[in-house]
Amino acid sequence: MTTLITIDNLSVAFRQGSRSVTALDSVSLTINSGERLAIIGESGSGKSTLALALAGLLPASAEQAGTIHWPNGPPVPGRDIGMVFQDPSSSLDPVLTIGEQIAEGAVAHLGLDWNAARQRARDLLARVLLPDPESLLRAFPHQLSGGQRQRVAIAAAIAAGPGLLIADEATSALDTIVQAEIVALLRGLVAEEGMTLLFITHDIALASSLADRIAVFRQAKLVEIGAAADIIGHSREPYTASLLAAHIDLTTPPLIGARA
Amino acid sequence: MSALLIAENLGKSFRRGGVRLAAVDGASFSVDDGETLGIVGPSGSGKTTLARLVVRLIDADVGTLQFEGADLLALRGKALRATRKRIQMVFQDPLAALNPRASVADVIGDPLRIHRLADSGGRPAAIAHLLNRVGLPAALASRAVHEISGGQRQRVAIARALATEPRLIVLDEAASALDVSARAHILKLLVELQAESGISYIFVSHDIAVVRAISHRVAIMDHGRIVETGPTAQVIAAPQSATGKALIAAVPHLMPAQD
Repeated sequence: MTTLITIDNLSVAFRQGSRSVTALDSVSLTINSGERLAIIGESGSGKSTLALALAGLLPASAEQAGTIHWPNGPPVPGRDIGMVFQDPSSSLDPVLTIGEQIAEGAVAHLGLDWNAARQRARDLLARVLLPDPESLLRAFPHQLSGGQRQRVAIAAAIAAGPGLLIADEATSALDTIVQAEIVALLRGLVAEEGMTLLFITHDIALASSLADRIAVFRQAKLVEIGAAADIIGHSREPYTASLLAAHIDLTTPPLIGARA
Repeated sequence: MSALLIAENLGKSFRRGGVRLAAVDGASFSVDDGETLGIVGPSGSGKTTLARLVVRLIDADVGTLQFEGADLLALRGKALRATRKRIQMVFQDPLAALNPRASVADVIGDPLRIHRLADSGGRPAAIAHLLNRVGLPAALASRAVHEISGGQRQRVAIARALATEPRLIVLDEAASALDVSARAHILKLLVELQAESGISYIFVSHDIAVVRAISHRVAIMDHGRIVETGPTAQVIAAPQSATGKALIAAVPHLMPAQD
């Protein structure tokens, strides 16, 4: 197992008016090549800030301390890291065709001309299991459903063949049926491409169904990190236990009693 | 047990680019006193449109709605205003549903003022009482909506809905945007309020696991139609519709990844 990223004592703060708000507080962890690591936490836990810091997308005004070390050399943003966000209608450009936005990454990073990049975009649309890729190339985002748009966003994220795919709440705005489809797609893609997956979510069950390891974040701090089975089955952390207790699935005792 | 609300053959279509799309198509269901009916379905299945029809935010093209024995769709003017007190709605995002700059006291006090339920002298006490019912301290009244947490905001939205002492609250994805711990608290609060007052709910969500936790009966929607309905335990144990089966299969379970 080789290390892809070593994060050491990483802190990030944002200025808000006259005060500074800590979004990440002295976080240390390693991410292994080819693993599926889930980052879970509630609002304000710092999980999205970690994703932005890894992808080099923090705003210039963010104050950053500590180190992010890439043993294989620093990544080229957009080429070596693909990123999928929660809301595909705001991450896709509404006035560019589907073909243009997927081909863009291949043109910029793989040195393809637009014709070859278009071919690649068509292949990628087929990879993310969208029907009729040829005519989809000419479609605009608003013509697609939310789930279809997220498939397009995933195709665009992997267009330059990144080694690391970061999915930041990528299924949270989707209904449960589409969510399960996107999770299955991500699982298949990272296995076929040998990508490392960083899956950021507030849903501990979703994390457990996809990840090899789970890192639990709370209020800017890493609470614990471990094998998914250990976090779900044997965690000693009270916060992890509270997340597990608040989880609702089809085995949770109903809150209502039988009615007379 | 008597039916509080009876919907028969409700339909609503919208025009989109010259084509009429049926958002709700032939929906029939009922809600009893003290009962929670869960409405669950994928995006675009028509569940939000159905919720809006019930509170008359939009009017049905066809069908009938009876509430407390009266023809809800025929009500106009004063009679409609009086009935609006009896049916309230809570939305997914309280920051969008409520004025973020308004104080909590204004948000909860508005329905009291509009429906003349408390004069200006009696209003602070009524607001404090409503805050207490949703488990919030009376001191929160002076805070602005944008200053409080998401879970507190949804409690305020519920307190506002309770202000007119409704018999039915329609909750449209009311717990979906909350953190898991806040969500668990809101669901528990809804169940407690129902046990106290015998209020009925229509609980709309895309998440069948959450619907199962608080609903006595469920209706499954797809493409504008109710494709399956029945007691919750029965539908979950043996779903008959393809949509019901798909919704149940899609619920993630707490388990390590297998492959």
